[in-house]
Amino acid sequence: MNYARYVAVRVLQTLPVLLGVSLVVFVIVRAAPGDPVVNQLGIEATDANIARLREQYGLNDPIYVQYLRWLENVVQGNMGRSITRGGRPVTELIASRLPATLFLAVASMLVAVVIAVPAGVVSAVRKGTTEDRAVTFSALAGVSVPNFWLGLVLILLFARWAQVLPPGNYVDPLVDPVEGLRHVILPAVTVGTAFAALIARQTRSSMLDNLSEDFVRTARAKGLPSRTVIVRHALKQSLLPVVTVAGLQFGYLLSATVVVEQVFAWPGMGRLIYRSVFQQDYPTVQGAVLVVAALFVLVNLVVDLTYSYLDPRVSAS
Amino acid sequence: MSASTSRTARAWRSLRADRAAVAGLAVVSGVVALGALTFLDATFFDRGLIAAVYYDPTSPAFAPLQAPSPAHPFGTDTLGRDVLARVLYGAKVSVQVAVTAVVVAAVVGSLIGVLAGHSGGAVETVAMRAVDVLLGFPALVLAIGVVAALGFSLNNVVIALGIVYIPQFARIARSSALAESQEAYVDAARVQGYSRTHIVLREVLPNSLSPLLVQASLLMAFAIIAEASLSFLGLGVQPPTPSWGGMVSTGADYLTTAPWISLFPGLMIFVTVLAFNLLGDGLRDALDPRESPERRF
Repeated sequence: MNYARYVAVRVLQTLPVLLGVSLVVFVIVRAAPGDPVVNQLGIEATDANIARLREQYGLNDPIYVQYLRWLENVVQGNMGRSITRGGRPVTELIASRLPATLFLAVASMLVAVVIAVPAGVVSAVRKGTTEDRAVTFSALAGVSVPNFWLGLVLILLFARWAQVLPPGNYVDPLVDPVEGLRHVILPAVTVGTAFAALIARQTRSSMLDNLSEDFVRTARAKGLPSRTVIVRHALKQSLLPVVTVAGLQFGYLLSATVVVEQVFAWPGMGRLIYRSVFQQDYPTVQGAVLVVAALFVLVNLVVDLTYSYLDPRVSAS
Repeated sequence: MSASTSRTARAWRSLRADRAAVAGLAVVSGVVALGALTFLDATFFDRGLIAAVYYDPTSPAFAPLQAPSPAHPFGTDTLGRDVLARVLYGAKVSVQVAVTAVVVAAVVGSLIGVLAGHSGGAVETVAMRAVDVLLGFPALVLAIGVVAALGFSLNNVVIALGIVYIPQFARIARSSALAESQEAYVDAARVQGYSRTHIVLREVLPNSLSPLLVQASLLMAFAIIAEASLSFLGLGVQPPTPSWGGMVSTGADYLTTAPWISLFPGLMIFVTVLAFNLLGDGLRDALDPRESPERRF
């Protein structure tokens, strides 16, 4: 199978998944308790008003008609209006929150890679030593620590006691880059810890695979310095699966930000979803969950396509 | 019979030799026993066993926000309740949710997967596309959505996490079933005229159990964190029932003045999840010798 065909097939396979995701989101919100019309009308919820609004919103139509109409609107970028936030369009709310979440996700990923790749390399090169065991155990601890608690511990240590870093609170990095970075450090370390653990595991295992390969033995036999062999030869080869794992775990990052945003008062998608769930603002829940899930599916697609481009054996099979 | 007994015995020997896994097993057993004890206490003794050390609004010994002391090793919380007693009691919710959710997901997911792998055709396509859709959501976001739709309660958290983890089991069960379906013993059963249900449930499924068991143990760790996260957000178990996530959340407002309220329950989550992960890794090494332990952690 050539690459263009592979891309076409994978893109086509993604469409039914996206459709299914939209259907699940629609069904979940319809199943939610409470009548959105009654919620919206509040004290003006008379029978006549309820009936008028139900008719106006098309809530009396068959459910599949409602789904198709909603889908048609979503595709055109119209996700309805928030019930609680002064009737602001959901699309506008999402557009204002998405950058904060993406900034946090990217910063977390960077923190994780900077810690995890060197740790994984050291662990593989010194297999069986104390360093290896320390990295191994730290990685296991990293995936086991609940992130919301880690966030609180970091706030306590660095913001309250040592007072060297702010306890979160988003500052737009485009407006004030220095403060933006200072404010993202604690949340990024919190989200990045478990992520670092996953990347360190992957780096270690693919380094171990490559260190026993012939090309590494050849490089050593040629008398190349150990550092060159490890970094230029073994690590370079090992990074492809590492990048793939990092990309495929993007969903983990999004899940983690939902909780961590709450700890650090970070105005992103997680906090939007969380608040809207409590306020029964279903159009916003619907739109925000859909956008997060679609983002997740698309990132997985891009990772997969990049991986198969870099390693043609994948698309060939 | 003897072949499977010796396989179990070999796996058990291998697990026992793994010190980290044994430590994990010890902690997991302790937490599960604690969960069972508090469950019995709540169900049959109306909390009589724990009440003595738990809370007494009339006694000066239960003043709010006391720092850890011999009388209250983990301190007291905002209402004067003993944090240690609540941490011990919180094991019930964590264990109950994690075990039930994972068992539900394992049963439903494995059946879907085995049926899909064994049947092929349209059944397989529909089942596995549905699994893909569920995997299209970040896990916690889907769980929050389901809990929001059903309402905030312990049972709904179980249902939500059960749904979220179905795909993991379905995928593993399907690939095991595909591999096992090619084996001679399945042909033999078919030739002997056994029904398809019999073949799936009595032949294919038992032979696909090892990877499912490993997955269950590792997902238990995730489920405990997920339940704690939902309770932390206020979407799970509602107060005054003690849950580790809920306790961390209560303490978050008193971080500087009374950090013990958050720190101890969080530490308990950490230790329990670490133990499940150690046990899961040990089980994987013991049950699946094909995967060399040095390839990963």
